[in-house]
Amino acid sequence: MPSPLDHALLRDLRAVVGPGGLRVRPAELLALTSDGLPTHHAVPRLAVLPATREEVIGVIRVLHRHQAAFVARGAGTGLSGGALADRDAVLVILTRLNRILHIDPAGRRATVEPGVVNATLSEAIRHLGLQYAPDPSSQSACTLGGNVAENAGGPHCLKYGVTTNHIVALDVLRPDGTVVRLGSPSGEPWGPDLVGLFVGSEGMFGIALAVTVRLVPLPAEVRTFLAGFPTVRAASEAVREIIATGIVPAALEMLDQASVRAVEASIYAAGYPTDAAAVLLVELDGRPEAVAAESDRVETLLRQGGATTLRTARTAEERARLWQGRKKVFGAMGRIARDMVVQDAVVPRSALPDILDRVEEVGRFHGLTIVNVFHAGDGNLHPNICYDHREPGARERVLAASREIMTACLAAGGTITGEHGVGLDKADLMPELYSEPSLRQMCAVRHVFDPEERANPGKVIPVRYCREWGKGVETL
Amino acid sequence: MSPTPHDLLRDRLPAELLSHTREGVLLVSPSTTGQVAEIMTLAHEAGWRVAVRGAGTWTPGDAPCDLVVSTTGLTAIPRVSPADLTATVETGVPLDALQQRLAAGGAWLPLDPPGHPGRTLGSVLATATAGALQHSRGTPRELTLGCTVVTGDGRVVTAGGAVVKNVAGYDLTRLQIGAFGALGILTEVHLRLRALPEADRTLLLTGPRDQLTRCARHLTEIHLEAAAIELASPRATATGDWVLLIRLLGSAAGTAAEAARITEAVETPVTVLTPEEAHQLRQTISLSFLGIPCAIRLGVLPDGIDDTLDMLINHLGEGPLTAEPASGGIRIGADPDAEMIHLLRRTLAEREIPLTVERAPWALRSRTGHFGAYREGVGALVTGLQATFDPAATLVVPRVSLD
Repeated sequence: MPSPLDHALLRDLRAVVGPGGLRVRPAELLALTSDGLPTHHAVPRLAVLPATREEVIGVIRVLHRHQAAFVARGAGTGLSGGALADRDAVLVILTRLNRILHIDPAGRRATVEPGVVNATLSEAIRHLGLQYAPDPSSQSACTLGGNVAENAGGPHCLKYGVTTNHIVALDVLRPDGTVVRLGSPSGEPWGPDLVGLFVGSEGMFGIALAVTVRLVPLPAEVRTFLAGFPTVRAASEAVREIIATGIVPAALEMLDQASVRAVEASIYAAGYPTDAAAVLLVELDGRPEAVAAESDRVETLLRQGGATTLRTARTAEERARLWQGRKKVFGAMGRIARDMVVQDAVVPRSALPDILDRVEEVGRFHGLTIVNVFHAGDGNLHPNICYDHREPGARERVLAASREIMTACLAAGGTITGEHGVGLDKADLMPELYSEPSLRQMCAVRHVFDPEERANPGKVIPVRYCREWGKGVETL
Repeated sequence: MSPTPHDLLRDRLPAELLSHTREGVLLVSPSTTGQVAEIMTLAHEAGWRVAVRGAGTWTPGDAPCDLVVSTTGLTAIPRVSPADLTATVETGVPLDALQQRLAAGGAWLPLDPPGHPGRTLGSVLATATAGALQHSRGTPRELTLGCTVVTGDGRVVTAGGAVVKNVAGYDLTRLQIGAFGALGILTEVHLRLRALPEADRTLLLTGPRDQLTRCARHLTEIHLEAAAIELASPRATATGDWVLLIRLLGSAAGTAAEAARITEAVETPVTVLTPEEAHQLRQTISLSFLGIPCAIRLGVLPDGIDDTLDMLINHLGEGPLTAEPASGGIRIGADPDAEMIHLLRRTLAEREIPLTVERAPWALRSRTGHFGAYREGVGALVTGLQATFDPAATLVVPRVSLD
């Protein structure tokens, strides 16, 4: 139940959103103690569900008046703990802001509220021959506001680019309750690229009230290959060969044997070869003549690379089935693991074969099953670490294995996250990636938007790099 | 008498890095990021005003200052990885030299900015000046994966990384690209490359401007897969005609099929240029912007191109001009005064069209800023960001214009 200190805050929030827009009872808050990162949980101070842009502004102004910290949350599908709020912070849930505000087919733009689900937008514009390209695996649930916060990726970002390449303008609500419009419909900024800065800032600069996105035409021709390989290394090397030709597939994904078997044993069975050590999904799209020419080349490379199974989706349905298998791997894994951490890191594409060997070693050392399903064309790994949280010491082994994988990726010239964000999960690794002056500069930039650090506190950068900045910030 | 910048720098840096500009201002050409940091720390502490210069072929080196820091000594290319299609490059490397080096590994940086081919990479990225290829191959912001920056007070800040996907930390790289040096000195960048295409075809259409923009719109509607579609004015091409250049990159079969589709889809006669002709024409267009004091760029949605071109020509005259009818970018060369820039900015801002002064003499750019007509609250954010990167305003850049 709310503490006496919360009564004034609750009264003021209730005046904005009404009693139906508040969640304060422990049972209500229980559902909000997790996101997609199973190793971390936190109970928020309370949760508020505004239903309109005006209500969100009203809520943030109340929180500003009360000097209360807050965490913006969409569908809660994030995988880095970014949408968790602890006892000091109020969860501001944005899923009720789910309107598509404007579609401009000629200009290939759409403006949406932050709670619009990613796949809903693409469905709404399909009849216009257009799509919103970034397609995270959780696209049937995750919201565009969350995609903006995390700079989300997805299989087809190999060719089309990640979220930041598709956002042209934002209405941003700063933590002090003021609204600024960043960017322009063309995508040209009014000065330094503040839209680019805001995208991927993990909810620490404010809340996107409206998001204007770039739309792209649906391709005239799509060809999807399924290739099975006898070893993970052979599949990795085939990826390297394809990328080096200059062909940019729309998507180039890898699934290892464990994930293939999990999919094939589930209702999402896609016809993947269960005897292959690794499977590649390669999709080419564009004009028919270009796709035909590239297909010949890719097919040759896959065969030369030792593919033991090679087939092409013959129909749209078959293609959809192949993709459903890929995107539902995480769901299918539920059959073989009670809990699973979906890790995220990036290495230079040429380092894939070695790094996958290292991932396997780490799993063996810690007695953990690690399955790999990932965006091979980008070098963006997703080692999925399976465990049972009820087993004593399991969580600690998962965290240790995660750290060792990240360390290996950094040593290979990579980074600790390609699309899931830093959140709570990896803030402690940031000093291994960036120098102290760089981290302090990030804090200083954050303070320009949120000098009181009330938006999504405690995420991304260890607090010590922000607090020691001290007076320096105040004089800026 | 207190020591001069020359005295202090002579004690710390090799003598060959120090010289003077034609105007007699001390010029220092550091060859490492560490040296840039040392210079900026000193400048910050001593209260000197520092102007940054590349090859000197784009932005005029006419800003008043105590010290010029040249990036032309930052010429290392520490890493080119054709297998990963990435490279790490210092920012004093001339763009043409970089392309040559990359081509040896079968790769290229798909940027075609205006100006001299020997512009430094740092100049292109700091100003985010891109040509028509950005339509399909990515803007300077999209092609820059990470960067090292020396702040106005000498701190070395890195952002992003050398891999093609990275969301670790705030995206300070995007912030830096196109900040016109207001947020520090770019010294090294990680770049996303492309493999050299198998085929590179350029088609040329000549005719009245509105006919060519209609053609371009039609080609966009039929989802032409062009790498670049660029409209160029008679002053830009030095031919006396408006032209539409369509560049196709990719496989021989794919580009041949698209070329045939274009010829069928438009009524205007289509000429296929030889690679040499295409290169020459693009070079003429690029250099045309150096023959006039000021280059201005605008971000317009494609359906606003015609009206905006009319307005610009009406106010600025028929200077060199290029437009990307498919993606909406416009660049015009002109010789306006500050009042004209302010007037255009205000008018265009009502249509949500940002106007950036890409290149201008100090007398103009110091009055107009590179940017302006900010939305409410945005100017203050930009000023605040600038203060975090350059707390004592050591770097001589046009201050934020809040017109």
